[in-house]
Amino acid sequence: MSKNTIFIAKKIITMNPSRPEATHVAVRDGRILGAGSLEELTTWGDYTLDESFADKVLMPGFVEGHAHSMEGSLWSKVYCGWFDRFDPSGRMWTGVKSVDALVERLRVAEAALEDPSAPLSGWQLDPIYMNNTTLSRADLDRVSKTRAVGILHASGHIMNVNTKALELAGMLKPGLNHPGIPLGADGFPTGELKGPEVMTPVGPFVGYERNMLDADDTGLRNFAKLCVRTGTTTITDLASRMDDDTVNMMLRVTSEASFPIRLMPFRFFLGLSSKELIKTVLALKTRATDQLRMGQIKIVVDGSIQGFSARLRWPGYHNGAPNGLWYIAPEQLSEILHLALDAGILVHTHTNGDQATQLVLDTLAPALQKHPNPDHRFTLQHCQLADAAQFRTAAKLGMCVNLFANHHFYWGDEHYKLTVGPDRATRMNAARSALNSGIPMAIHSDAPVTPLGPLFTAWAAVNRITASGRVQGEEEKIRVHEALWAITMGAAYTLHLDNEIGSIETGKKADFAVLESDPTACDPMALKDITVWGTVQGGRIFPVADL
Amino acid sequence: MSWKIPVIVIGGYLGAGKTTLLNHLLRHADGRRIAILVNEFGDLPIDSDLIEAEDDEIIAIAGGCICCSFGSDMTAALMRLAGLSPKPDYVVIEASGVAMPGTVGASVALLDEFILSGIVVLADAERITIQANDEYLADTILRQLSDADLIVQTKIDLIQPQAAKDNCQWIATHNSRAPIIPTTQGKVPLEVILGIQRTTLEPQLSGHSDAEFTSKVFSNISACDPHTLAKNIAIGGFGVIRAKGFVESLTGQTYLIQIVADRYDVKEFERAEPPAIVCIGLSNKLDIKKISYEIARAI
Repeated sequence: MSKNTIFIAKKIITMNPSRPEATHVAVRDGRILGAGSLEELTTWGDYTLDESFADKVLMPGFVEGHAHSMEGSLWSKVYCGWFDRFDPSGRMWTGVKSVDALVERLRVAEAALEDPSAPLSGWQLDPIYMNNTTLSRADLDRVSKTRAVGILHASGHIMNVNTKALELAGMLKPGLNHPGIPLGADGFPTGELKGPEVMTPVGPFVGYERNMLDADDTGLRNFAKLCVRTGTTTITDLASRMDDDTVNMMLRVTSEASFPIRLMPFRFFLGLSSKELIKTVLALKTRATDQLRMGQIKIVVDGSIQGFSARLRWPGYHNGAPNGLWYIAPEQLSEILHLALDAGILVHTHTNGDQATQLVLDTLAPALQKHPNPDHRFTLQHCQLADAAQFRTAAKLGMCVNLFANHHFYWGDEHYKLTVGPDRATRMNAARSALNSGIPMAIHSDAPVTPLGPLFTAWAAVNRITASGRVQGEEEKIRVHEALWAITMGAAYTLHLDNEIGSIETGKKADFAVLESDPTACDPMALKDITVWGTVQGGRIFPVADL
Repeated sequence: MSWKIPVIVIGGYLGAGKTTLLNHLLRHADGRRIAILVNEFGDLPIDSDLIEAEDDEIIAIAGGCICCSFGSDMTAALMRLAGLSPKPDYVVIEASGVAMPGTVGASVALLDEFILSGIVVLADAERITIQANDEYLADTILRQLSDADLIVQTKIDLIQPQAAKDNCQWIATHNSRAPIIPTTQGKVPLEVILGIQRTTLEPQLSGHSDAEFTSKVFSNISACDPHTLAKNIAIGGFGVIRAKGFVESLTGQTYLIQIVADRYDVKEFERAEPPAIVCIGLSNKLDIKKISYEIARAI
């Protein structure tokens, strides 16, 4: 019989309502025997008492229900974001606050490159915070005139490149006629490229290959390190193309003895007919392991609100921009939902705009009548503009919602001023309304769009502070314990994993977030500042200090 | 001038008949090497009897044509096609049912190896006005129509002639510049969809057609300003759907003129060619007299 390990902690917040707090947790074979007092747990037989966490607070390992593993790969490029952000190795990169600072940072990185023909790539630039400064190729030419330079914006949909990059891509010519390519006074492109279709011809020359969204070995390991740093033990990759090579790589890396996370990739809906998609995902399901939970589908219904490509209901965009774009035809959405319900496959749908959300509700209702499935847990991802009526309908339909709480902090001011206006901006990511409607709810970072960090995400939902420091939507704040539920049990529920993870109770995986202080005892404004010591995943201990 | 591969974007909502039209093109390719780019190998867009071989990336089709899927990265797929040897004579992109064909076309125009040769949008005769009233689809449908150089009203056998006329009038309120071509089963002459072949400047219309088309060659063109002539033919309201030809400039340089509806392209040609222009239009719309007059008065 395997030996039991009993961990003692200053406090264990179990997220198990029938026993919310404990001082000890007993672990055997990577699973939880029980949580309680030492006397209670010794009844399970021989044990080793592990006192490493005697002065720590344990929580269930955090569950991030909407992230992308490309966050791990992006750190091989130069971080150019406005906000301070730590990389997988723990180095804190200070935010870039001006064009000069950007150029300086890129120059330093440029000087370190040995191959004179290698491109220099950066990521996470967000000129919104620099008074919407428009960068030009002349700015990046200050970094290098001989080396291609390309900086991807935080949105992922815009890139700035230098003259050399345009030249290599054959786009350094006057008179190009494309809405995604602004031209300068000289008739030549300014170096700003808006939209994937105009980024692609230049991408390969600036280090952004076409398959950059697919994770690689190193990227996945780096992604996992970020998880340990943030107390995350289960995370989604939403979504992945999951070709054979990627699946084999994921199987290999996630089975490594030191790999600290359970990864749940969702198959992106594009590229296959609906029937083939179902067949492919069912086949992936049979290859799933404990650490790699394959067999789900992600559908993207519309675009983004700040990119004006989300589908909004009346009265549309506040600045009068035309309505956004459908990324899937309603008929195809319907077909996939029918087939997935029939096959018992979990589907998460990206809907940013409220019209996109409404389409999913309208489409799922008849599909459910045809294929009744009371426990489908299809989840509205982002769902940023949903109103109370939509939450009520979604709840009735058995759906879950995963709100983009971080977005409210990073872009809430923009939405207030520009995209949707004060009224709707105030109720964006309306966590209070969602919980009141009874819909199971998670909250997310969408890393790399915003940094991974469930405690930060909880802070964002609890305080609803925007980047400028305003509280936006006092009435939509949720309580600390509700936010902590959302980043553990809430997210686990949306993944159909609430029977395995999300709380510290008998039978579940021994997945813990090991914290230096108690998130239920601190000022709610300090929630994001709680230090994460590391994690325990499947009974294995991963201290941040050892990364 | 280096040869650029003409690209035709076929747009229109789901069920508008894009697949049927593609198969019609492939069936009557008649030696043209057409590369079809589809969004995804969904329900396979190619009739099975046309397929010679297929793998994950590419479907080989009788007569030297191919079909590839591009998933979410059309530009990369086009760049791969440009690297083929021999290069395709035409690339036809089937835009997804919710895509904006104008955006697809604008992206094509960025690539040096290609020239956008027309945006063809299909409208399902039976359903277009219903779709245009759908709360989710209305703006998508109207934006697609307004992007078109040519509009093909498909499945007209399913509606009354008067309804087809009403459709045309309604479409014209959203796009007054695109000729509207009626069809059943995607039967449109290949020259109308693809443009006139580069090798022939003879009247030619291939593939069966439901509507009556006229193809007319105009020769005896005196040296003139090719840009002005191309522009006048394109925007003159003469019912020209496609035109192609050679014109000599006042300096003696030969120019290649290509027209789709009201859009035209004029380029210097590498060698001297006898001046001549082929124009194609619907028989009841093509105004040969006025085109002749326009050519005669060109200077």
